[in-house]
Parts: sequence; structure tokens; C-alpha cells
Amino acid sequence: MVDFLSSNSWSSSSWLLVAVQAALYAVAAPLLSAWIKKVKSHLQNRRGPSLLQPYRDLGNLLAKEVLMAHTASPLFRSAPYIVFGTTLLAATVVPLLVVRLPIETIADVIVLVGFLAMARFFLALAGMDVGSAFGGMGSSREMLLSALAEPAMLMAVFTLAMTAHSTNLASMITTNLDAGLVLRPSYLFALLGLLLVAVAETGRIPIDNPATHLELTMIHEAMILEYSGRHLALMEWAAQLKLMLYGVLICNVFFPWGMVSQMPLGYPAIAVAVVSLIAKLALLGMVLAIAETVNAKMRLFRAPQFLNLALLLALLGLFSNVILETGP
Amino acid sequence: MNLMSPVNLALLAVLLTLTSSVVSLGSGGRPWLLRYVAMACLGLSGIASVTTGLWSLQVQTADLLQLPMGLPWLPWQVRLDALSGFFLLIIGLITTAVAIYAPGYVTEYQNGRDSLPVLGGFTGLFVAGMQLVVLADDAFLFMVAWELMSLSSYFLVTFQHEQSASRRAGLLYLIMAHISGLTILLAFGVLAGFGGTFSFEAMRLAELSPGWGSAAFGLALLGFGTKAGLVPLHAWLPEAHPAAPSHISALMSGVMLKVAVYGFIRMSFDLLPMIDWSWGVIVLLLGSVSSLLGVLYALMQHDLKKLLAYHSVENIGIIFMGLGLSLLFAGTGHPLLAALGLIAGLYHTLNHAVFKALLFLGAGAIVHTTGQKDMEHMGGLMRRMPWTGLFFLIGCISISALPPFNGFISEWLTFQTALQAWVLENGVLRSLIPIAAAMLALTGALAAACFVKVYGVTFLGRARGRAAKRARKINLYMRTSQGLLAVLCLLLGVFPGVLINLMNGIPNLLVGQNLTHATRNGWLWLTPINASVASYSAPLVLIAVLAIWWLSASLLRRGEQRRIRRTQVWDCGFSTPNERMQYTATAFAQPIRRVYGLLFRIEETVDTLGDGSRRHKLQVTDRLWNLLYEPVNRWVFAAARRVGRIQSGQVRGYLGWSLGTLVVLLWLIS
Repeated sequence: MVDFLSSNSWSSSSWLLVAVQAALYAVAAPLLSAWIKKVKSHLQNRRGPSLLQPYRDLGNLLAKEVLMAHTASPLFRSAPYIVFGTTLLAATVVPLLVVRLPIETIADVIVLVGFLAMARFFLALAGMDVGSAFGGMGSSREMLLSALAEPAMLMAVFTLAMTAHSTNLASMITTNLDAGLVLRPSYLFALLGLLLVAVAETGRIPIDNPATHLELTMIHEAMILEYSGRHLALMEWAAQLKLMLYGVLICNVFFPWGMVSQMPLGYPAIAVAVVSLIAKLALLGMVLAIAETVNAKMRLFRAPQFLNLALLLALLGLFSNVILETGP
Repeated sequence: MNLMSPVNLALLAVLLTLTSSVVSLGSGGRPWLLRYVAMACLGLSGIASVTTGLWSLQVQTADLLQLPMGLPWLPWQVRLDALSGFFLLIIGLITTAVAIYAPGYVTEYQNGRDSLPVLGGFTGLFVAGMQLVVLADDAFLFMVAWELMSLSSYFLVTFQHEQSASRRAGLLYLIMAHISGLTILLAFGVLAGFGGTFSFEAMRLAELSPGWGSAAFGLALLGFGTKAGLVPLHAWLPEAHPAAPSHISALMSGVMLKVAVYGFIRMSFDLLPMIDWSWGVIVLLLGSVSSLLGVLYALMQHDLKKLLAYHSVENIGIIFMGLGLSLLFAGTGHPLLAALGLIAGLYHTLNHAVFKALLFLGAGAIVHTTGQKDMEHMGGLMRRMPWTGLFFLIGCISISALPPFNGFISEWLTFQTALQAWVLENGVLRSLIPIAAAMLALTGALAAACFVKVYGVTFLGRARGRAAKRARKINLYMRTSQGLLAVLCLLLGVFPGVLINLMNGIPNLLVGQNLTHATRNGWLWLTPINASVASYSAPLVLIAVLAIWWLSASLLRRGEQRRIRRTQVWDCGFSTPNERMQYTATAFAQPIRRVYGLLFRIEETVDTLGDGSRRHKLQVTDRLWNLLYEPVNRWVFAAARRVGRIQSGQVRGYLGWSLGTLVVLLWLIS
């Protein structure tokens, strides 16, 4: 075990790397959503928008004037910044290319879940702020789904934490890197559980449909219905970041190969890390696009069954870890 | 003898509280006497308690004192150690906040029929009782102080006795408080039987067989658990706490429940000579069930104060989860993890006191200005009372366990303790603890849902009724007190290391191990086991969050784009929605009601009236009430009717019965 606080990774240049990582997340997030949309269109025999379309949309929204309801309170104006900032911070905690950055010591995986909960709390409050009928509906549904998804998410990461004996994401990843190719039954269950949670939490089919504007089925879209201009841009960007975060979390924790864990950084190692990350994310995006194409959106009250399945899988993972894999 | 010692300061605090009680007696026609003099005494007493608490946590030695009172063969003894000091700190903090708040709040009562001397007098006695409970070093003083606390709070619950709901709640409270008092007395009886006397010193040295030890523990858990509001003995809590005036609700939920937690810790960790791990399993189980059911029942409430009271059940559950884990690890020989669980439970005790008091004081402010407790009539209060809105929001974030506020720290520590389950040898325990952790995760997420509902329906949106439109800014006393607690919520969340360092004397005293390594890397870091297992730096998180907000805000708000045009609500282009079209609290909780429907007793009817209009009626109640309380109630009444037959109405008959009882008792003893 490495004592992360006393190791020499704690320097100003490594803080620079943290800033670079945050910027990379922010810049790459729209691309991942565009990629999924592209693959989905392809599967449906359409050409689909260009990969740069989300950037143009964000640019457009940022340039536009903000319209706000008379009834909006100060919370409505600050919520986009809070949601975006907290999501970006949550994303930065997840190692992207390099393990053992100082940011991983200031927040572990439980704090990560806490950040996401904080962003969701303000998103849901913003939905209820102007006093429209749809906003409250979206908030109510979002909080139900998150209440079911959060335990499953925590159980899945606890399975990993029990193996690594640590809730630190860097520790988890280095444990998996050092272990090499070992098939652990607990990981399989945790991976499946986490995939289901990711689908629910990022508002994808079959839980929510990011492309819908049919009033009665919206969840995420209902909460941000009243937003416009730069506020809407931040909210959309935060949603894309969250998708990226879950993608990277799944890729890098379960399949960490290719990541840089030695501290003096060399260009070849970084190139390998970048290529492997792009390959992993592209593959995961394709899996998601296929899953979204072959599934239809569920009724809201079928969603608890979906998420209970996720919880059950995660608990199974934890049990098989506790019973089969850990000895005192 | 040195006059300036922590224990003397603690007694000064008790004296000040009693003075406040006496002063209030004269406030009949002179409300200023209560508002300024009595509350100043109470506030000074609170400050003295805080000082004592911090002082004794700092020095970490037990301080004994014998009072010139009590029974001839058993003088009252007080003792101040780290554990008492910590709870004195909690009592002091909330008492101070309440004393600042009350002068602004009691104006509501000074012109009506309510009697201010009763309010002030019993408030003083109530606080003094709580202070004495944590100071007591013998079972006799403990029970006297305990009853002082229970009885005086009964009069505060029934303060508005012209309302039948208050009277009913008061009766239920009195009954449950006495069941609890009786079982605690029996638990002390077991210990005193083996130890020889009622002093705690003798009890610690008592040699109990494991069977008697478990019996004493079971009685203590029943007694203190009832008073703390553990499921299934919680039914009195959501009735009694909301019935009292709001600042008293804050004291009851914020502090009185904690005194019960104190009693439980004192009994199981300190007085009982050994700890059995199976106790930990029971406590962990009760804690998990309490936290989950507490939050689910809270979600179904739309009475603001009742909802907060149910959340007390939830949070007491989380505290007992930490304590249960601690007992479990202590019983299996892992003192370090026992210390961690204990710190987690205690930290949550303090956190809950602070944010629950803040929320109750906020609710009090709302009730004060709107005269409404029902959330369905509120809405849009954020714009009418912005300060209360901000402080209440901080309370909501804290209780939902979101970083970087204080509720998160204690839940994080509880999770960290639970994640060390792999050190245990017993496979069943290893898999049981993660299930408890899953329940804690579910509880946290549901609590967040509940507080989105509370805040969204009460403070955001538009006013749903005339009462909410009447809402005005509240006075400076009430605002200051809430602001104080809100700042504390943030400080406790951002600098946990400082307090955990101070608290180290408690696990040292109780499980013989401290947590110095948790703060080894300085005040910036929290590393409960060691840095490679888990680390959290709340100050850096706060700085990072603020930096990102500042950056995104300053980048996006430059130049011409700054302008914001105000328009109508869009709502997908339908006609402009009115207040009645907003989501209500009941509607918000409907999906959750449906998913967890089995746990509630739901009565839903739709009647068609004569004129063709429909009336929808929905009532969600506690299932346990029917399963547990109604049968007991029926049984007690049936028994009372039987016993009633011997009531002849003649004094001679009763004296005869008393004589007979005495003779039988004497025969039993001899």
C-alpha cells in the first residue's frame, strides 16, 4: 500500500495535471454524447448530426440572452453554476489518464457519490422553483430514481473497495492494475450493477429518454424546462459531463489497463493511455447505443424493478466478495 | 479547593438555568422579564456549558465532586469526564441558540391565554434536568434528573393544552417516558444489585455473569431506546415534539434525544464491565430499521414539524448504527474500529443536534409568520423571508448528508467503519454489515428526496394559500440564532479534524483506544484508518467548489450577456400555470408512496358528492401503530377494567389493599 499523502506526487506540477484533467473532462464530454448519438443514428439507418454538433449547440446557447420567469428565485439563477461546478469536481475525482493525482486524496469514492447527490439536489430544487407543473413532476421522479440508484451505486463501489481495502479510487485502480488479469466473480456482478445504475443516473433509455420532449414522460428535461441561454448550456453540459464520468468510472476501474501509474510521465506512456481511453470509451458508447436501440423506454413504475435488479446484482457482488474472496 | 474547575463551571451552568426558571415565574404581566432576563440567564448557562464541555474535552481527566444533597447514606455525586463534557457541549450549543431565538419567538404567546411563567419555568427545569443527567455519577441523581427532564418536558408538550391534539400527545408522551424510566431503573437495579450501591463507581466494578450483563443491557436498550425514539418505540416522538412551541421542539429533538443516547453510551460502554458483540448486532439492526422507516414515514408527512420529528427517528437510527458497529467491533476485539464507530456515532449526535435545531427554529419562524404548519398551504417563502430561506437551505443540505456540510462527515465515517467489516472472522457478520451500509445509503438518498420536497414546496414556487402570502421577514433575534447554527453546520463540515482531535478523550475512556491517526496529517485531512485506505479533505473540497463556481460564473457573465429578461413561466407553452397547478408535497411523494406501499397503511377513497363533484381522501399512517400499539392499548384497558372491580370507593378498602401489599412485599424480601 502506498501512503498517498506522504508520497512525492504532492507537488505543484501534479496540481497542474489535475487542472488539465478537469479541462479534458469538460472538453471531451460533449464529444462522447455526440459519438453515442452518431452510432445510434447509424444503427437506425440515419446519418445523424456531426460529432461537433453539441459544441455548436453549447456555443449557441452561451451566446443567447437568458429568459427567466418572474417567479424565479435567486436559487434558480445559481443552480446551473452549482450543478455544473459540482459535477465537474466529481468528474475530476475520477482518474482519467493518470493515477495518483493529488485530487484523488481529497475525495474518495463516497465523496464522489456525495458530489453527484449535491448536484442532483440543486437540479431537483431548480425544477420546483418557478412553480410550473412539469418541473415538480421531473423533480419528484428524479428523486425517486436516485433514491433507488444510489444504494446500488454505493454497493457496487463498495465491492471494489472491499477488494482494495480502500475507498480511494487511485488505490482501487492500482490494485486492479497490479493484480493483472484475474477473474473475480464479485467484479462481474458489480460491473453489471454499475452499468444499470449508470443508465438510470445519466437518464438514458430505458429509464429516461434524453431526446424526448413529450411532456408526460420527461424526467431530466422536465426539470430544466424553464432554463434558457447560458443557464441551459451549463445544465446540458453538466448532463454530458455526468455521462462521461460514469463512462470513465466504469472503463478505468474495471479495465484500468493502459493508464499511467508511474509518476515521471513519459510521452509514450501518455500516448498509450490516451489511445486506450478513447478505445474503451468508444466501445462503451457503442454498447450503450446498441442497448438504447434495442430497448424501449419503460413506464416509470417499472423502473424500480430495473434498479432493484441493479441493487441485487451489486449486493451479490458484495456477498461473493465477502464470502469467497476475502479472508481475515 | 480550586474554584475554577470544569465541574464547578458546569454547576454554575445548572444554577443559571434554575435562576432562569425562577425569574420566569414573575413574568405573568411582565413579558420583558422572560424575554430579556430569563433568556439571558439561559443563554449564559448555555455558554457556560459550551465552555465546560470544551474545557473537559481538552483536559481529558475525570473531575469528581460531591454535592451536599441527596440521601443520608448516598450523597449526590457529579462527575465530569470527556463523555459528559461532549454532551454538555451539545446541550450548551443548542440552549444558547434557543435562548437567542426565544425573545423573538415568545411574542406570539404574550398576548394570548398562554401562560409565560409556565413556559419559562419549565424550560429552565427541562434544561437543568438534561444538564444534571449528563453530570450524574450515581443512579439516584441520574434518575431524579431524568424524571425532572421528562416531567418538565411533558408540561411543555401540553403547553397549548386547549388543543386536544396537544393533550393526547402529552398523555402518550407521559406514558412512554415512564415506561422508559421504569426500564432504566430496572437496568440500574441489576447493576446496583451486583455492585452493592447506586454509585456508578461501584457499578463499574460489579462482577456480572454474562446473562445478567445482557439483561441489564437489554433493559437499558429498551429504556434509552424508547426515549431516543428507536423503531418500533418511536410512536410518541412525532406526536409530542411538534406539539410543543418550536424552540422547545428544537430542544427536544436536538438535545433531549441526545441525552438518551448519552445514557445508552454510559450504560453499555462504561458501566457494564464487558461488551458482547451480539449486542452490537441488535443495535445495528434496530438502527438500520429506524433510519429507513423514519425517513419513509417522514416523506409521507406534510405537516412541517411532524416531518422534522420523523427525521429525528431517522437520525437517531444513524447514530445507533455507528454505536452498534462500535459495540460489534469492541466485542470482537478490534478497539481501533470500535473507536472509529463511536466517533462516527458521536459526531452524528452533535451534527444532528445542530441541523435539527436549525430546521426546527426555521419551521418555528415559518409558523410564527404564517400561522401554518401544513406545507400544502405554503410556497414562495424564499422571496418573502430570504434569510430564513438561506439558513433553512443549509439545514436541508446538512441533513441530506451532502458534502461539504456536516451531515456528510458523520455518514462518511459510518460508511468507513462498515467497510472495515472484512476484518471480522464471522462470515455472517461480514455480509450483514454491508446490508446495513446499503440501508444507510438508501436512507441518505431518501432523506435528500424528502428535503427537496420540503424546501421545494415551502420556499420555492409560488404561494399556495393566503397564509403564505402573509409571510414577512422575521425579527433579528430569530435570524441571528438560525444564522449561528447555519455557520456551525458549515464549520463542523469543513473542519472535522479539529473536533475529532478534541473528541479523542471519549474513545480513550470507553474503548481504550484513540483515533489520533485520523488527524495525523494535519487539520486539512481526515484519514480514519490511514491515508491509503481513505482520506477526505473538506477544506480543499470547499476551495475547489468555490473556485469552479467563481471561474464558471466570471467566464459566463461578462459583457453584454449579463442581461436577463424576465418573462412569464413557459411551462411547455401551455397557458400560464396558476398556484394550484404546482406539484404539492403529497404529489411529490406519490411515486415513493407507491414503491414502498407495503410499509404504510394507506386509506384512499374517492367519494362522489350529491352535486356530482368528487372528493379525494388520502390518509397514510404508521403501520406499526396498528400492529403494536393498538393491541397493547386494548390489553391495558381490558386489564384496567378487571382491576377496576376491586375499586370500592371506600378509603378503608384501599388502605387494606396497601397493607396487604406491604405484608406480601415484606414476606418476599425476608
